[in-house]
Amino acid sequence: MARAVTTQHKTIATAAAWIVALLIFFPILYTIITSFKSEQEAIQGFNLIPSGTFESYSEVQQQSGYFKFFFNSVLLSVGSTILALIVAIPAAWSMAFSPTKRTKDILMWMLSTKMMPAVAVLFPIYLIFRDSGLLDSRIGLTVMLMLINLPIVVWMLYTYFREIPGEILEAARMDGASLWNEIIYVLTPMAVPGIASTMLLNIILAWNEAFWTIRLTTTNAAPLTAFISSFSSPQGLFWAKLSAASTLAIAPILIMGWFSQKQLVRGLTFGAVK
Amino acid sequence: MATQQTRSLARFMMAPSVILLFVWMIVPLLFTLWFSFQQYNPLNPMRDGFVGFSNYALFYSNPAFLYSILNTLIIVVSVLVITVVGGILLAMLLDQPIWGQGIVRILVISPFFVMPPVAALVWKNMIMHPQYGVFADIARFVGAQPIDWFGQHPLTAIILIVAWQWLPFATLILLTSLQSLDGEQKEAAEMDGAGFLSRFWYLTLPHMSRAITVVILIQTIFLLSIYAEILVTTNGGPGYASTNLPFLVYQKALLEFKIGQASAGGVIAVILANIVAFFAMRAVGKNLDK
Repeated sequence: MARAVTTQHKTIATAAAWIVALLIFFPILYTIITSFKSEQEAIQGFNLIPSGTFESYSEVQQQSGYFKFFFNSVLLSVGSTILALIVAIPAAWSMAFSPTKRTKDILMWMLSTKMMPAVAVLFPIYLIFRDSGLLDSRIGLTVMLMLINLPIVVWMLYTYFREIPGEILEAARMDGASLWNEIIYVLTPMAVPGIASTMLLNIILAWNEAFWTIRLTTTNAAPLTAFISSFSSPQGLFWAKLSAASTLAIAPILIMGWFSQKQLVRGLTFGAVK
Repeated sequence: MATQQTRSLARFMMAPSVILLFVWMIVPLLFTLWFSFQQYNPLNPMRDGFVGFSNYALFYSNPAFLYSILNTLIIVVSVLVITVVGGILLAMLLDQPIWGQGIVRILVISPFFVMPPVAALVWKNMIMHPQYGVFADIARFVGAQPIDWFGQHPLTAIILIVAWQWLPFATLILLTSLQSLDGEQKEAAEMDGAGFLSRFWYLTLPHMSRAITVVILIQTIFLLSIYAEILVTTNGGPGYASTNLPFLVYQKALLEFKIGQASAGGVIAVILANIVAFFAMRAVGKNLDK
């Protein structure tokens, strides 16, 4: 860009952007700050400097067994993502490399399943889960989360795979590569970045899913979404503890999210905006 | 081009995804449809049976139904307006040359990664609490009466929380789109003497139109089914003041055990979502061809 940027212009823009950014980030920042306060401090009015106690963190673990929920969240989000990838990779691969007339319709239809409102099937799913003993089980919820995110996984993989040039495959075929060699030596190295970003985004989505994870669990399989929701009962003002639990619940995914901004745009817009 | 063998292989590879999604979509939906014509109460199995459309009639005539439809639409439209307008402004600001752009971007996008229950509880307790919240502190500081957000303006409070969650998403996507705008075009327009407003109106906005469409469509899908934010803040109240359609269906099904009515509500939710999905599909489908 040849446009001269005056220092004054840049200073004003910087100041404005930082003010807005800090305002947007403030609730998260304040939660982190409050998590290092004692319970008395937390309700003593606006204060940005905590006494720096870790009391709330140890209480969250001791009283409510935070790590069990954390472990469930990890298990459910990673498990459902891997499961979805196993099912989706062959599908996306075949749609990207040997598309037929119906490929587009199938993709569209898959996306449409994502638009079905969860409440519409709440009771049947609840019933099916209850009668097959899947209620509050990690396996049931893993499958559930896999199904919910499967359309997005197929779509994301498809948009990535489609960018792999088909000529390379043909060249490999000419050189006598078998199908398996083609997949392992030619395709996989080119597909790995796309698969990795799909995985990242899907873990974030599964981690934050807050309908089925709350409704289909009680204690055993409950992840952090259900754990945090249990703080909504108005008994007492345990804000330092709530803050500590919240900080722990969002920290891992926040950091993952920062690394996946670009993929997020692409994944959630189904490749329409890159 | 493709041989018979690769074609059948392709079909075989696609089968698991297609079958899984088909079963997952159709089986529960058929159940819901069936229940919507039944009198069914898991607590009182004596009175089960086919009841025709009376569940629908009951669900429609419930005053909560009108509230819930209205609230659903108010939430969707308000959040869309706030996030799209705010997102455009914010994207244009972040597109300027600024110091520390990377960090600013990270700060702005962060709320999107906060799980809904955490977002709702943090806002409810630490920001909007009528006594100890930051808003109350500010109100007292300027000598005003603190607002009882969830008692007096429950829907506004929920809209604010949800808008906070989705503004980052809109901003990020619009910013990505803005950054692909050709710098030379902007320069040319500037040289031709186009002012800031006309450049925005005739160049920037048309360029962003596709991204704006996508933002609106995707957010609508998610906003139609807001649930956790209501559950942990107002629980739909006071009265039905902040009950949306998903929340009403949940109440009917799992709290009142009126399965028939809940299912009728579910069918209505599906129809509503389908109307939106119809437009969404067309827009996304168009982009697929490009």
